[in-house]
This record gives sequence, structure tokens and C-alpha cells, in this order.
Amino acid sequence: MNRFAELLDRLTYEPGRNNKLRLMTDYFRTTPDPQRGYAMAALAGALSFKSAKAGMIRTLITERTDPVLLALSYDYVGDLSETVALMWPADPHHRPNAIPSITDVVETLSTLGKAQLPAQIARWLDALDETGRWALLKLITGALRIGVSARLVKTAAAALGDKDPHEIELLWPGLAPPYTELFAWLEDRGEKPLNTDPAPFRPAMLAHAIEETDFPALDPSHYRAEWKWDGTRIQAVTGLNEDGEPVTRLYSRTGEDISKSFPDLVSSFRLPGALDGELLIMREGRVQSFNDLQQRLNRKVISSKLTAEFPAYLRAYDLLVDGDEDLRELPFAERRKRLEKFIAAMDDPRVDLSPLVPFDNWDQLTAARADPASAGAGDDATAVEGIMLKRRDAPYLPGRPKGQWWKWKREPHIIDAVLMYAQRGHGKRSSYYSDYTFGAWTTEDGEDVLVPVGKAYFGFTDEELIQIDRFVRRNTIERFGPVREVVHEADKGLVLEVAFEGLQRSTRHKSGVAMRFPRISRLRWDKPPAEADRLETLEKMLEGTERAQAGLALPKPKRAARKTAAT
Amino acid sequence: MRPEDILLPTPSGVCCKRGGFHIDPTRAVDKALITHGHSDHARPGHGAVLATQETLDIMRLRYGENFAGTTQAIKYGETVDLNGIKATFRPAGHVLGSAQIAVEYGGTRIVASGDYKDVPDPTCLPFELIQCDVFITEATFGLPVFRHHDTDGEIAKLLRSVALFPERAHLVGAYSLGKAQRVIALLRKAGYDKTIYLHGAMEKITNYYVSRGIDLGPLELVRGAKKADLAGTITLAPPSAVKDLWTRRFPDPVACFASGWMRVRARARQSQIELPLVISDHADWDGLTNTIAATGAGEIWVTHGQEDALMHWCTTRGLKARPLDIVGYGDEDESDGVSDTGENAGSPA
Ligand SMILES: [Zn+2]
Ligand SMILES: [Zn+2]
Repeated sequence: MNRFAELLDRLTYEPGRNNKLRLMTDYFRTTPDPQRGYAMAALAGALSFKSAKAGMIRTLITERTDPVLLALSYDYVGDLSETVALMWPADPHHRPNAIPSITDVVETLSTLGKAQLPAQIARWLDALDETGRWALLKLITGALRIGVSARLVKTAAAALGDKDPHEIELLWPGLAPPYTELFAWLEDRGEKPLNTDPAPFRPAMLAHAIEETDFPALDPSHYRAEWKWDGTRIQAVTGLNEDGEPVTRLYSRTGEDISKSFPDLVSSFRLPGALDGELLIMREGRVQSFNDLQQRLNRKVISSKLTAEFPAYLRAYDLLVDGDEDLRELPFAERRKRLEKFIAAMDDPRVDLSPLVPFDNWDQLTAARADPASAGAGDDATAVEGIMLKRRDAPYLPGRPKGQWWKWKREPHIIDAVLMYAQRGHGKRSSYYSDYTFGAWTTEDGEDVLVPVGKAYFGFTDEELIQIDRFVRRNTIERFGPVREVVHEADKGLVLEVAFEGLQRSTRHKSGVAMRFPRISRLRWDKPPAEADRLETLEKMLEGTERAQAGLALPKPKRAARKTAAT
Repeated sequence: MRPEDILLPTPSGVCCKRGGFHIDPTRAVDKALITHGHSDHARPGHGAVLATQETLDIMRLRYGENFAGTTQAIKYGETVDLNGIKATFRPAGHVLGSAQIAVEYGGTRIVASGDYKDVPDPTCLPFELIQCDVFITEATFGLPVFRHHDTDGEIAKLLRSVALFPERAHLVGAYSLGKAQRVIALLRKAGYDKTIYLHGAMEKITNYYVSRGIDLGPLELVRGAKKADLAGTITLAPPSAVKDLWTRRFPDPVACFASGWMRVRARARQSQIELPLVISDHADWDGLTNTIAATGAGEIWVTHGQEDALMHWCTTRGLKARPLDIVGYGDEDESDGVSDTGENAGSPA
């Protein structure tokens, strides 16, 4: 545990991506199996054991320390796990002689009964030093938060054997901790592990936000257009297991298995293949609002009442695998033909095809975007968020490759930002964290960092306020008086859709831009922070506004601001 | 006799009326007994200063020849009689020359410990426990979360980082009197024998340590070194320097800081430190509480720091405790300790 603790400790302070990689690769190189495998799983968020609750840790420390000293210490340190790690009254000269390894911890936790847990944790705390205790508590409470993405961990492991991290990505769904075969392969001591999951996730292809200045360089004949639906993106994968039976999984865009949340949809996929599409709620053949979809997201218990009231559908727009044939290398136009056949063969009432939007030139597409109802979207026009442009010849590439897919949103003044700080409100909201500072990504010294771009105080419903407040309290990483800093990393944090009236340049803000009248238009629990907008998007919007003010730009279609319930 | 009749706490330090002296006064007085050379305890401008030879030398280095009207060097273990009051100097284990001052009158003994630590330090004599009736203690790290017992482990961590990043320079922020020399001595003890580089602000004091027979191995000023030659090296600098423009002369520097404050993550992050080293010249919580208990004192006066927790602890042990609220004592890691050495007057860290 001590080496792992030292690694974690170092990673929390190291800002540089390359240095983080060096630290992890060095750890993987110098740590034996299975320790390094469990460490890899911990870093990548791939460990699953029942995590210990903060309440249990609090009880352990309360039983062992003076309440006044505990309160003063907690107040000073601001983090319970860290406070406990530092003030745990273990005598450094009389430690138990066996220091637990990460293997001991992970293996014990996966088998231990709940009743034995507190005593076991106390024994471990007695045996470890301050940093070891801190790492242990972070690990067992499931709150590592060290600014390392799963992707970065895989990249660090790949560097052991000069392998492409993407290969690990592809193998990952079929692997389980402690990844002994993976390390053997990385170190050229063993065969490449087989991906044994019959229905694995394939990393999603993402789009760039398009700006007016991009259009002159683009040839309309190279692109096809689709509606951008106001739902949540999923991947539906069906494969055959060893016994030839179909296995279906639904994945979020980040590869999280969300099949359990949509039992009503899973049974629709009997044909082996992998579909990329938008999950929508439909009633009487019409797409329902995103608010309706929210009822189905992040639910632990799925009642039959819920599935009847909010039935889930898939509107498919890409086919990655057909039977056992991987189509990702094919150009989009060909995949589209295969997709149309596949959907026809499925012939399932819960799955349909996202239609193409016909156009010959950008003017036609501009008109379609302004009025989707007359351009083929019909009654579903209210669920159209904008237009997707996809190059006819683009293969399906993981990540966000340049110039292949573009998204062209209808509302120019909406961005996805990441919650960074929250402050208590005033008056009847004084017990809630209701003032939010949010940020957009930018590159500093070659690193992607979030820079605050604005503050919002309203736009959310009372129920959403309670949800955000809960999120803030559970995900605080630091406190400054009434302000809490909330976790905001590439793969951890809350994405807020922010609507605003306009943009101005500002020298007072670090970002250089100030929003007019910003409000939270929606909570994007489904979206990983890495996919939030970049500061450059705002800068381009600003340039667009300035050009429009100078009378150089075409008037843009404006849509009514999204309806939001103010509190 | 009440102890306050011997030593009276005032906002500018404890004062002995009968003996006609103050201990570590924060304003200029006629006669001052000084525990050690840190600038919050040793100020210039007193009429007479009584201190160890090292403390007097350090004050001279910092403030110039005329830092006091007259000086008198007191040896460890030596007792001076000041109008019937007996004052004895004993090692405090804090920095070179640091002393506790035991003041005795009419069978009552009060120990003013200045700043102290109860763990080994290769650059100064170890803390000597004095039985007393009243113990005057600091409380810089007076919270149970402050524990800095594993100094060797912290040095090993630094050396592992130097080995892992041979193309980067490691900049260790350390207070220029005491901490810097201790870190160097600890690195030597751990077997590190390469040249260690110094920020200009460290030069005078470090040379003084060497002149007092403390072996610090090969040292060089960073001023003359080429950027490329600093790859893989360790440089000691005042805390405020490790995050300022001065660091541009180093290849991809790793910002380290040797301080007891580094025990708490929020503090380390706030100062944008990449490699915190929990090394302190002050007693940690265990050190404070063990020492207080061992002095046998029934009454504890707390000069500066996190006094709430320490006072609470004293009361739970049946000890009388009072805060002295002396204005002007600080912690040297927080004031960067550069300005008073004459070079690069930086802002507080
Ligand atoms: Zn001091
Ligand atoms: Zn002090």
C-alpha cells in the first residue's frame, strides 16, 4: 500500500500530463503483479467493491479521539479522510509488522462481511503511515480524485511495452483486475489477451462545434447531414456468447454499461451488431422532451410504471459492427447503407433510423436548421437540437478527429460548461449551494484545463437545485469560506448546459469573455466533463457577434430560449 | 509567589521586571535575552543582548555589526544572575544556537522554550528537557493532524524523484536559517554526495554553518550555473523563490517545499507545490504534548500558533493553560526569510 500511496500522493500534486505518465509507468515497471494490476484498476476506476461510507470512518475516529480536537482538526483540514489519516492515533513505534498491500486491501474488501469491515479498516489504519492511511481511505471510500483519467492510466501501461494505448482500450472490456495477462503481453512475456466479452463497447466518435468561419473551407458535396437529436447518445451492442446465445449491452457514450437502466429497450436488439444512436423517449410516435428523458437517467430502480410512462427508443445513426464484421474502417456513406439494411432487418418498433437531411448547398442547410419541421423533422422538430455534418468518406474513428464530424447547434448561445465552484445562496436558498461558477476547457502549457467563464444563479427547477446541492456536498474537494470547489476533471464532474443572451470581451475575467444573463438551462448528468465546450468556442461566438454587429454576417436564425422553470 | 511576578506576559513578549530584561521581545528594549536567530524572535535595536555565541553571530550576519548596544555570549548550561534572577540557557534543538531559557527565582522555575523540536537534527544540539513549574511553549503545529516524525522518509522521497526525473531540476523551498542547512545535512546523511546548489539568499548563513564545523559537502551558488548543468540537481531556495520568475533558469523545475505545513494537502496545493516534504524545525503535535508532559510543569503558557487545540489538551490533562497573545511571533516558513538577509526582498510566501 505504501508504494501505491506514494504514487497517488505524487499524482495529486503533479500538474503535467507527461510527468503523470512517467510516474505511473515507473510504478507499473517496478511493482510486481498483482499489486500493479489492482493499482491500475484503482486508478482507472475499475474496482468494484462495496465502498466504505464516510459515516463509518467518522465513527472509527470519534471512538478514538477527543471530540474538540477532532472538530478543530477537521475544520482546519477540510476533508474527513485526510483528517482521519493524519490524526489517527497509531503509535508509529508499535505498528503491526505486516503493512497491507493493495492486493490485501482489494481482495479482503471483496469478500469481507459488512460487520467485520470497521475492525479490519482500523487494523489497516494502525499499520500504515499518514500517506498510506490517506490513500487507503480514499480508495475504500471510492473517492480517489487524483486528476488522472482512465485513458491516461492505459497510456501509462502501454508505455511499458511501446504499445498503442488504443489497443488496450479495445481489450479493456474483456479484462478484469489484476490484469496479469495484460501486463505479460505489454512486457512481451505473453500472448495478447483475447477480448472475451461478446458485446464490448467501441470508443465513440465525436464531433467538433462548427463555426461560420469553417464553412468556406468545406465542400457541401463531401458531407451528409442528419438532425442532432436532443436525447442521450448510446451504443447498443449484441454479440453471441460461447453457447451461441445473444448478449446485449447498452453503453453510455463513455462506455459505461447502462443496460440495467433500460430493460424495455435491451430486448429489441437480437441481431448481432453494434449500433450508435440517440436514446429518446417516445409517445404515440413522437419524441418527448429531454425532461421526460431525465426521468429515466440515473435511476437505480426501474419500475414497470416508469418504463410504461417513459418508454425508451433508439434512433440509430451509425453501424459499427454488422454480425461479426467490423465496419468502422468503411466510409460513412457505406456504413449508412449497411445501417439502413440492418434497421430494416431488425424491424423493431423501438428502433428507427435517424433520417438524412437533404441539401445541395449551405443555404439550404441553413434553412433546414432554421425550420426543421418543414425540412423533414415534422412533429419531432422540437427535439432537434441542431444539425450533424458527417464527411461521406470518414471512417468511424474514436475520439474527436479533426474535420470529420461537425455539430451545428440551433441555439447559438448555449454551451456545455463544467461546474467548478458552488456558493451558498441567500434568503430561502441560504441552506443550498445555489450560485454556480462554471468553466470551459482551454489549453495551458499543453494541458487541458478548465477556466471559469461565468456564474449562474437560476434557470434550474427546485428539484434540480436539490440534486446539484447534493452533488456539490458529495463532491467537494476544497472549501473557501462559503465557497466549495467541486470536482471538475475530464471524467469526473457535472456538466451544466448554460444558456446566455450574449458575450462581451472582459479584462476582468481570466477567460477574457463575460456572458450576459447566463442561466442553467439543463443538467447534463449524462455528459462527461471532457466533452464540455472549449473556451475557443466562446471566443469564436464572440468574433461572430462582433462581426454581426459590424454588419458583416448573415442574420442567424434565433430560437426561443429554452423554457426553464425559475425558482 | 505567582509566576507572573517573575515573568510577566505582555503583548511584546515576556518581561522580567525584577531582572530588568525581556525574552524575545518584539520591540526594542534595554536588555533582551534571545532564544534564537529567527527574525520574529531576534530583532535589532536592543540596548543589550544576551544569547548564545551562534545566535549573536547570526544576528550580526542579518542585521550588521551594530544590531545591539552591547552583547554577551552565554554558553549552554551557563547561568547568569540578573539582579537575583537566575537565567540558564539550554539547547532547544530548533536551529544552530537555539536555546531555551530557564528563569528561576524564589524556588519557582519558568522555562521559555522559544521554538523547539524534540527530534534529531544533524545541524544543532538536541533538545534538553528541563523540569519546571511553568513551561512556555510555542504551538506552531498545535493540532493533532501535524505529525512530522519521518524526516528520513521525506528525504528518500525527494531522492527517488530526482532519480525518476533526471532531466528536471529539483527546487527545494526551505527557510534560509536552519531548515536549508538541515535539509542539506539530511541529504548527505542519506548518501547524496553530488554538488547541492544554493540560492544567493542562502549563502551567508550556510557558510556560517560550515564555519561552525557542520559538514555540508560540496555546495555551489546557482547564480553561476548553466541551465543544462542543473538537470538532475537539487537546489535550496527561499520558499518564495520556488514559484517565481527566478525558476526560469532551471530545466523543467519540480517545486518542492520542506515545511511542517506540507502535511496538509490544501496548504501544499495552495502554494502550488509539486513535491511537498514534511520536514519541520518545530515540534509536531506528539512532540509538543510529550514535551509538555515530561517537563512536569503544572502551568503551560502558549506563545504562538494553533493555541486552541493545545490549550484544550492541557485542560484535559489537568494542566493550567493560558495563551500569551504575543503580537509579532510568526512562523518562519510563512514569512519567507529572504528579506532580512539582504537579498531579493520577496513577498511573504
Ligand atoms: Zn524559530
Ligand atoms: Zn517562532
